[in-house]
Amino acid sequence: MQPNTSLTDFSVLLNSVAPVDQIGSLERIAKIQTRSLKGPAKLQGLRMALSMIDLTTLEGKDTPGKVRQMCYKAQHLHDQADGLPTVAAVCVFPTMVGVAKAALAHTAIKVAAVSTAFPAGQAPFEVKKLDTLHAVEHGADEIDMVISRGRFLAGDYNFVFDEIAAIKELCGSARLKVIFETGELDSLDQVKRVSTLAIAAGADFIKTSTGKIQPAATFPVVLTMLTAIKDHYDKTGQMIGMKPAGGISSAKIALQHLLLVKEVLGEAWLNNEWYRFGASSLANDLLMQYQKQLTGKYQSASYFSID
Amino acid sequence: MSSTNWNLEPSLESTAVVQIKAQYELFINGQWQAPLSKTYFDSVNPADESHLAKIAWAQAQDIDLAVQAARSAYENVWSKLSGAERGKYLFRIARLMQEKSRELAVLETLDGGKPIKESRDVDVPLACNHFFYYAGWADKLQEAFAGREVAALGLAAQITPWNFPLLMLAWKIAPALACGNTVVLKPAETTSLTALKFAEICQEAGLPAGVVNIVTGYGDSGAALVAHPDVNKIAFTGSTAVGKQIQKACIGTDKKLTLELGGKSANIILEDAPIDQAVEGVINAIFFNQGHVCCAGSRLYVQESIATRVIEKLKFRLQSIYVGNPLDKNTDIGAINSKKQLETIERYISLGVEEGAEMYQPSCHLPAKGYYCPPTLFTDVAQSARIAQEEIFGPVLTIQTFRTIDEVLQKANNSPYGLAAGVWTDKGARIFGLSSQLQAGVVWANTYNKFDPASPFGGYKESGFGREGGLHGLSAYLKFIN
Repeated sequence: MQPNTSLTDFSVLLNSVAPVDQIGSLERIAKIQTRSLKGPAKLQGLRMALSMIDLTTLEGKDTPGKVRQMCYKAQHLHDQADGLPTVAAVCVFPTMVGVAKAALAHTAIKVAAVSTAFPAGQAPFEVKKLDTLHAVEHGADEIDMVISRGRFLAGDYNFVFDEIAAIKELCGSARLKVIFETGELDSLDQVKRVSTLAIAAGADFIKTSTGKIQPAATFPVVLTMLTAIKDHYDKTGQMIGMKPAGGISSAKIALQHLLLVKEVLGEAWLNNEWYRFGASSLANDLLMQYQKQLTGKYQSASYFSID
Repeated sequence: MSSTNWNLEPSLESTAVVQIKAQYELFINGQWQAPLSKTYFDSVNPADESHLAKIAWAQAQDIDLAVQAARSAYENVWSKLSGAERGKYLFRIARLMQEKSRELAVLETLDGGKPIKESRDVDVPLACNHFFYYAGWADKLQEAFAGREVAALGLAAQITPWNFPLLMLAWKIAPALACGNTVVLKPAETTSLTALKFAEICQEAGLPAGVVNIVTGYGDSGAALVAHPDVNKIAFTGSTAVGKQIQKACIGTDKKLTLELGGKSANIILEDAPIDQAVEGVINAIFFNQGHVCCAGSRLYVQESIATRVIEKLKFRLQSIYVGNPLDKNTDIGAINSKKQLETIERYISLGVEEGAEMYQPSCHLPAKGYYCPPTLFTDVAQSARIAQEEIFGPVLTIQTFRTIDEVLQKANNSPYGLAAGVWTDKGARIFGLSSQLQAGVVWANTYNKFDPASPFGGYKESGFGREGGLHGLSAYLKFIN
C-alpha cells in the first residue's frame, strides 16, 4: 500500500490505538488451542501451512551452494508424497538474491531478501537504502526490512515511519514486509502501536521477528498484530499480510496459528498471498504429520531431507 | 486470490466412558431405594431429545426417610468425627472425582447439553477444587473464625439448579460436610445424573451411610424438603421466583437460609478499555454455558464513542462461534437445557423484536433435533425494555450505550437484581471507583466469569443473600456459639 501522507504526527495516530490486555489475549489464544483439528481438515491445514512457508537461510556462512540446495527443496518438499504444494518463497540475504532467482527461474516461488542491515538495523540510512536497492536490482520479489527498534523505543515514531516509507519507495513492485523484532519491544501495547505505524507507512506485510532474538513469534504477539491488521481492514477495506517468524517449528503450533488467522481475520487471509511462516525447520514437521495423516504411521526423521 | 474454505470436521468426545443405567432410584442412607410411590420421570438429552434414563420421583414420604437418615447419621456418626476425619473423606471424594473426571464431564454434557469443553475444562475441575478446598478447612474451623466458638448446624437441605449441576452440588455439599453437617440434596429434574454419579462416588469413598442423601424429583420434591420440620439449614440456587417461595415457607421457623438467585448483570466497557479483550470478555460473559449462568453479563453497556467499533467486532466474532452438538470438542454453544427453557428464550427474542430493538444472529446451521438457539445480540435497546430488565437465561445479549460514568452506574444499578458486574477499562482508578459503587456481589475487572473456591460468591437485592465459597461459605453452615 502507499504511505498515508496526510498524517504529520504519528503520536496522534498511535494514541488512538486501543490498549492490549495480556491476560485477555492469553485467554483468547487458549480457546484457539483447544480447537480440535482432525481428518481432511487437518490435511488441508498441513498443505496450506506448507504452501505458506518462506524457507529461510540467514547465516554468515551462507554460500551459493547452500542457497541452491534450499531452492531445490523449496520446489520438491518431499517427492515421495503426492499432492504437496511448493513453499511460497525462499528468504535470503541480499547477496544471495541473484543465486536464488536463477535457481527458481520458471517457478512461482518468490525470492525474499532481508534488508536494511538485518538483523539489528544498526546502520546509517544510506547503507540501508543501498542494501535494499541491491536486493531489488537483483530481482527480489519481496523485501523483509527491519525497523530501527532503538528509535521506536525512544519514541521517535516519525523517524521509523519515514524509514519504512522510504524503503517502500525503493521496493518498486516488490512487496514490503516490515520486521518489528517484537522480542525487543517489551509489551503488547508497543506491538499494537508499531503494527499500526508500519501499516500506515506502507507495509504490505508485517512480520514479528528476525529469528535471531527470543522470544519471537509468540501467540500473544501474533494475535496483537492480527488485530491491528483487522482494525486497518475494517477502516479501509485494505488487506495487509502477516508473517510470524522464529520459534514456529512444529506442525501443531503452525496449525494453531492458522486457526487464529481464520477466527481473527477470516478465511480470505488463508493463502500465501496474505500469510507466511518464516521458518526453516517447520517444513519437515509438517511433512511428517502429513505422511502420518495419510498412512497412519509416523516415519523416522531420516526419511525427510534436511535441506 | 480467492479465499479458502477451511471447515473443522466434527470431533466427538466418546461416550464409551459412561454407563447410564436404565433406571435410577433414590440415594437414601447409603443405599439405592425405590420411591415409595413407585413413580419415575424421564431424563432427556437436550442435544438430540433422546431418552437417557428413568429417574425416581421423590414424594414427601421419601423425603422424610432421607431426612431421618441424615439426622441419624448426624447424631450417631458424623457429629462424632473430628474435623480431620471429615477432611479425609472430603479429600477422598475429591480424588475420586478427579479420577472420574472424564466420565463426569461426558455425563454432564449428555444430561445438560453444555459443551464438552466446558464440562471438561470448567465444571468438573472446579467441582473437584471445591472439595479439595473445603477438605482443607474441615479441621481448621476454630482457626477460620478466631475468637469465636463454632458448631455444625445439623441437617442441611440443598436444592441445586440445572445450569451447573455437579459444580453447584460441590459448592453446597463440600462446605456442609466440612463444617460437620449431613445433607439431603435435591438436584434439578432435568439434570440429575451427575448427582446420582456423585452418590456412587460417596459409596466408593466409604462415606458413612446417611451423611449424603440424594433425592431426585420436581419442584414438589424440593418443596417437601424445604417444608420438613427437621431441617436446620436450606441452601437454594435457582430462580428468584422459587427463592421467594422458599423464603415464605421458612417464615416462623429457625431454619437458616441462603439463596443464590437470578441476575441481569451489567458488563460495562469504557472508552479506554482494551477493546479486543473486552469483546472477548463479552462473548465469555453471555455465551458461556449457553447463557445459562446466573451471573451472565446479559446487559452490555458500551461508552458511545466506541460503541460502533465494539458492536462491529462483536458481530464479526459471532461468526467463529460454533453452535451444535455439545459432545463436539469444537462446540462453543451447546444445547439449551430443556424444551421449556428454549421456549422461554424464544419468547424473549420475539419480545425484543416487538419492543423495537434491532436483532442480530449469525447464520449458523443448527442440528435438526434437539434444543438450540443461535447467539443473539440486541442493539438499540431501551433501559425500559423488558429484554433489558428481565432475566432471559439464554444466549441473548442486550446492548445499550452511555455517555458518562455516572450515567452507566445508575443504569447498571437500576435493576432488581445485583449478582455480578464487569468493568473494562485501562485505568485502575476507574475500576476501584465503579466497583465500589456497583450493587453487585461480584465485580470483575477486565475479565468475566472467573471462579475460585477461595472466593465468595453471592448477590445483592433479589439475587439472593448469603455467600458460597471461601471463608464466607463456611459461615453459612455453622452456628456461632459465642
